[in-house]
This record gives sequence, C-alpha cells and structure tokens, in this order.
Amino acid sequence: MNSKHEMRLLEIAKRLTTFEEVALGYNEEEAYLESLRCLNCKTKPCVSACPVAIDIPRFIMKIKEKDITSAHHIITEANLLPGVCGRVCPQESQCESTCVRAIKGEAVAIGRLERYVADNYQGEAHPQVAKKDYQVAIIGSGPAGLACAGVLIEKGYTVTIYEAMHENGGVLVYGIPEFRLPKRIVKAEIETLKQMGVKFENNVVVGKTVLLEDLKQENDAIFIGTGAGLPKFMNIPGENYNGVLSANEFLTRMNLMKAYQEKYDTPLKKMTNVAVVGGGNVAMDAARSARRMGAHVYLIYRRGFQEMPARLEEIHHAQEEGIIFKNLTNPVAITANNEGRVTNIICQEMVLGEPDASGRRRPMAKEGSEVVFDVDTVIMAIGNYPNPLLRTSTSLVEYDKYNCLVVDENNKTTCDGIYGGGDVVTGAATVILAMGAGKKAAYAIDLYLQNGKER
Amino acid sequence: MFKIMEEKVLNKDVKLFRIEASKIAKMCLPGQFVIVHATEEAERIPLTIADYSRTEGWITIIFQLVGSATMKLAQLTVGEAIRDVVGPLGRPSNLDNLTKVCVIGGGVGCAIALPVARGLFEKNVDVETIIGFRNRDLMILEEELKQYSNHLHVMTDDGSAGEKGLVTQKLEELIQNGHQFDEVIAIGPLIMMKFVALLTKKYKIKTVVSMNPIMIDGTGMCGCCRVSVGGKTKFACVDGPDFDAHEIDFDEAMMRNKMYVPEETEKREQTCNLFKGVTHE
Repeated sequence: MNSKHEMRLLEIAKRLTTFEEVALGYNEEEAYLESLRCLNCKTKPCVSACPVAIDIPRFIMKIKEKDITSAHHIITEANLLPGVCGRVCPQESQCESTCVRAIKGEAVAIGRLERYVADNYQGEAHPQVAKKDYQVAIIGSGPAGLACAGVLIEKGYTVTIYEAMHENGGVLVYGIPEFRLPKRIVKAEIETLKQMGVKFENNVVVGKTVLLEDLKQENDAIFIGTGAGLPKFMNIPGENYNGVLSANEFLTRMNLMKAYQEKYDTPLKKMTNVAVVGGGNVAMDAARSARRMGAHVYLIYRRGFQEMPARLEEIHHAQEEGIIFKNLTNPVAITANNEGRVTNIICQEMVLGEPDASGRRRPMAKEGSEVVFDVDTVIMAIGNYPNPLLRTSTSLVEYDKYNCLVVDENNKTTCDGIYGGGDVVTGAATVILAMGAGKKAAYAIDLYLQNGKER
Repeated sequence: MFKIMEEKVLNKDVKLFRIEASKIAKMCLPGQFVIVHATEEAERIPLTIADYSRTEGWITIIFQLVGSATMKLAQLTVGEAIRDVVGPLGRPSNLDNLTKVCVIGGGVGCAIALPVARGLFEKNVDVETIIGFRNRDLMILEEELKQYSNHLHVMTDDGSAGEKGLVTQKLEELIQNGHQFDEVIAIGPLIMMKFVALLTKKYKIKTVVSMNPIMIDGTGMCGCCRVSVGGKTKFACVDGPDFDAHEIDFDEAMMRNKMYVPEETEKREQTCNLFKGVTHE
C-alpha cells in the first residue's frame, strides 16, 4: 500500500522503432486498486497544490465506486483537458507532492488516475447556450487559450480562438511528441470544446493578419496566450552550420509536419549521431524523438541530474531508451566539413559552484578542459523567448524588458478588457501553469464583463 | 478557404495563382510574404505576395516548381482551394524617403521585385529596374514591371532577349553613366544578390536584399530561417525578409539553402512518379 501501482510501459525495443505512446495507462483493476490508496482526507492538500484546483479526492472516490462518468464530470468542472494533463502535468511537484500518503511512502498516483478517467469516459460534450451577449477573442490555441475558452464557453460567452498554425493546440501539437501525448487525445479534447461552441479561426496571426486593435473593436474582451515560441541559441561559433536546429524546429518537423511518416513531405536530415543541448522536458522530447529516428543520442547539460528541470519520469524513460547523458558539459563551438555539415560539437567540462538566483548551483567551466563529440546534428533545447509578433505590432499592451507580457494579479494587462496568461507572461513553463493562468484570466474576464454590464 | 480564382503559366517552371484571401489582401504591403501549405501532407513554404486587391479581396503568388511542395501546389487548379495560406508575414519593405532607386529582379525574384517597384513608383520615386534571366523562355513579368518603372532593362545570359550579360553589368553601367541611386533593392538568387552587394559596396550605395531561406511556420517559432547579418543571427521571418545587403553573410546563406537538397531531390522524384500521367489541360 505504500507505493503507487506501476503503470505498464511499452517495451523498450518497440519504443526505439515507433512513436507509439510509452506509458500505457491503468486498466480498470489497476485504477480501482490505486483509488483505494486515497485517504479522502479532509484537508485535501492536493487540491490547493493543483494549479487548476481539481477536486481530486472527490473524483478518486468516484473511481472507487466505478462511476467514471461522475469522476469525469468532477474533473472537467475544473479542467477540460484531463487526457492532456493526466499525461504531461508534473504531478510529482504539484498535487502529488502534498499527498498525505507521501509522508510514509509514495503519493497516490493522481495523474495516472486522471488519465484513466479521461481515456475511459464514454459520454459526449454538451453544446452550451450563449446566455450572455458578450464576445471574447482568444489569441493562441495552446493550453492557456484552451483553458480560458473552456471556462468562458461554460459561462455562456461567445468565444473565438485565433490560431496562427493550421492545427489547434499550440505546443501540444507542435512541441510534445506523439509517444508522450498522442495527437488523437489533443484532437478529442479540442473537439469537445468545439462541440461546446468554441469557434476556432486558423491561419490568423494576430498582429499581422488582424491587429489587436481590430479585435478590441470587435470584441468585449480579449485573452492573449501567444506562448513562448522564439527559440534561444547559445551564440557560439558554428551555430548556423547545417545540422544545427532549434528543438522547436526539430519537434515541429516531427510533430506538426509529421516528418517521421513516409507520406508527409517535410524533410528531416538523416541523423546518425545527435547532440541535444539542454536539460528540460523539451530536451528529453527532442532526444527521445531523435532516438526513434535511429540516432545515437548524447544529451549535453551543463549541470547535474539534481538540477535538471525535466520531469524524473522523462529522464528515466530517456535513460531506458539509451540516451547517453553527458552532464556537467557545456558546448563552446560547433565544427563542420567543407559543405557546412556539422561534424563535431566541442564542449567544456563544468563544475558546480554556489547556488544562483534560480536556487540551482551555478555551473562554472573547468579551465583547460575539452570534450569533443562526433555528431552530425545538434539540437538546441535551451529555452524560448516569448513570440515577438504581437508585441511589435501593438502599443495597446505593455511588455517588460524580457519581452514578457505585463499582467496584474488578476491576469489583466495594462489595457482594460485585455487579459493574458501562460508562457507569454511567465516565459517558458508548464502546460498546467499556462492552463491555470488561462482559467484565472477567464474568471477575471467574467467579472469584468459582469461589472461592465452594470455600469 | 483559399480558393484559386485564376492561374497563369508564366514560363515552363513558373506559375501564378490569384487566390481569395480577403484578410491578407486587406493588410499586406510590398515585401511581405505568405506561408502556403498546399495539402495536409505538403510542406509549408514561404511565397511572396506579388500583387493584391484590397477591394476584391485577393492576392497573387508566383512560384517556381522546384520541390515537392511547389509541385503539389501546381497540381491544384482554378476553383480548388489551397489548404492553408497564412500572412501577411515579415516586415514590409521600406519604401519611404527615397527619390531614385534601382530595383533588380533575377529570375523568379521578379515576383518580389514587382510589388516593390510598384510601391515605389506609386510614391513617385524614380524607378530604374533591371531584370535578368538565363534566356528569353524564362522571362517573366516584363510587361508588369515596365508599367511601374521609369526605365526597364532586360538582361539575359545568352542575349536571346534584351542585352546579353548580367544584371550587375547593367547596374555598373548605370552608375558609371551618372545615375545617382539612394538605394538599390535586389531580389533574386543568392549568388546574384551577393554580387550586387559587392558591386554597390564599392560605390557606397545602400543596398537592400530580400532573403528567402527555408522556413516552416514563418512566425519566429522554428528558427530555421536564420541569417547572419552584421555578425548577429537574425530570423528572416520576423526580423526580415529585407536586410542590409552589405551586412549579410551570403556564403553562409547559400550553404544553408542547400541543407535539404538531397532529401528534396528524393521527394521530388517520388512526387513526379506519383503524378506521372496526370496532366492538366
């Protein structure tokens, strides 16, 4: 009783040749047994540790009663993307980190149970009736925008999401790979929002195709959830050689453009030896994707396992799949052959010093050290800046010196009626934090429009 | 939907589509481009907006059949729709505070030279246009460019149309004959733009080129359109596509443009086989 019921995983040999989902989820028996572990405690610390405040013990009790429909309703009161969140939330640092069970043993597997409910729910979405005479425009169909739309449509507003890409879901479709978040799950959860009445307008880049100013005229409120999509590079010599990609480019080619499937045209360079630079979830996603394309993959990270921002589960899966971790290593240059094709990545060894502002120990170069890896591909997964397109086309809202959107504690921007949330405000973070921000903004928009009506 | 209203064959490799795209037509300015995604399986590629009508709600794109994406696009015909067209993207060309400009178009680059020449001409700028092609059969947009230029000079490699020689020879001749250009705007193959830049550097004439690197999203997300400008990495999609020609590392840009040549050749052969026997009247 002191540890979680294990989730079955796809066998490793199969992982290396397909993009099928790795974590297979609980079956009815496993979910039931795991639900018994929940103490249904009165204090519910897990609920306050959930960025969207799902009533966790209540839905787990319904699993115990084998009432999936009610469990689903309880979750979706707070979160319309349970299939996504059950898979990609860092539960170990949120809800599960506060579980009373974790004091002596392991927390209840809340994430796995959430996923179980989402995957086994049979019901259909109910169209919402527009009860309120207000229109809200949402910019970006990523986690923040979807969460915001979910709350507002249920409250009876007319909601339109504007999306620059040809598919909806933002990072859920271009970033997170199929083997961690199958695209059918994202599609199904977006379909639910469509059935409820949320309208999607694809191929619209706000700031280019329409201006924020125009949307302001046509709508009663706006939510900006444009994410952090501008890739960072290291500014080291050789970074523009052929074979150096941002993780965004690599993952977009793979996930959105489906380069790993024969019938899709988007090319991917043949990669034999790959260096992925970074230690976050995006680095793990890139490394594991490259591995599935048959490459030998080094993960180059300047700090140690302790400091790695990636989820533990992702690190474990990467290790199982044969990713070679080169911690305390930092690239200083990339070399190429005379056709400009990458041949080597030259790195320095690092040591950890005193903790820096982020609380993690600061990496420092070991003088005179040099490590060289023979690679034909380098994937930079060292983070993203907020996308600049909207910022450079409007003066309605303010951005800070890091180009992040400025909002107050209610997620309101410096302009009345315009709200924002997710990575565009915080810089690159997690799916669930973006969803939490989207929800919070939706409640603030509701309040703003209610008050506006009275004025 | 982005319905094709008209198609024209400009030469054996270059096609023009007029497309219903009212939102884009309302916002676009010379120098901007769209990302075109012909079908679900096709690549997303950047194409310049060659012409537009705000009142009628259409734009035109001109494309050369070079890879699988443009071949799939070319398979579509009037009445059918392109799956996705996104834009207008990139920063518009700067056409302000200029009195005399030399616009240079090389090959299919004339598709970008046209809206630039038109934009300048409509602002009463003195426009001297030079266009260059390998031969007469590949010549495009001569009439249209003539309409928006004070003088149009045609150059071909073999002398089968206009004068025999390169666009840079004509440019140097014009400069030596006393034409005082505030700016040269050159759009064409990278090698042409490189030599225009080398020439105008010698004469200290400000020169702007429009870069057309490989892109996926066109909104700053993928970073594959990186161009080194003045030693700094810029993204052509959000920082460009126009850049100061004297600051660009053209050799790097040429190297980067060849990145997917082997993969594209393979795909093109597959696509060609796929469409074997399929003809459009």
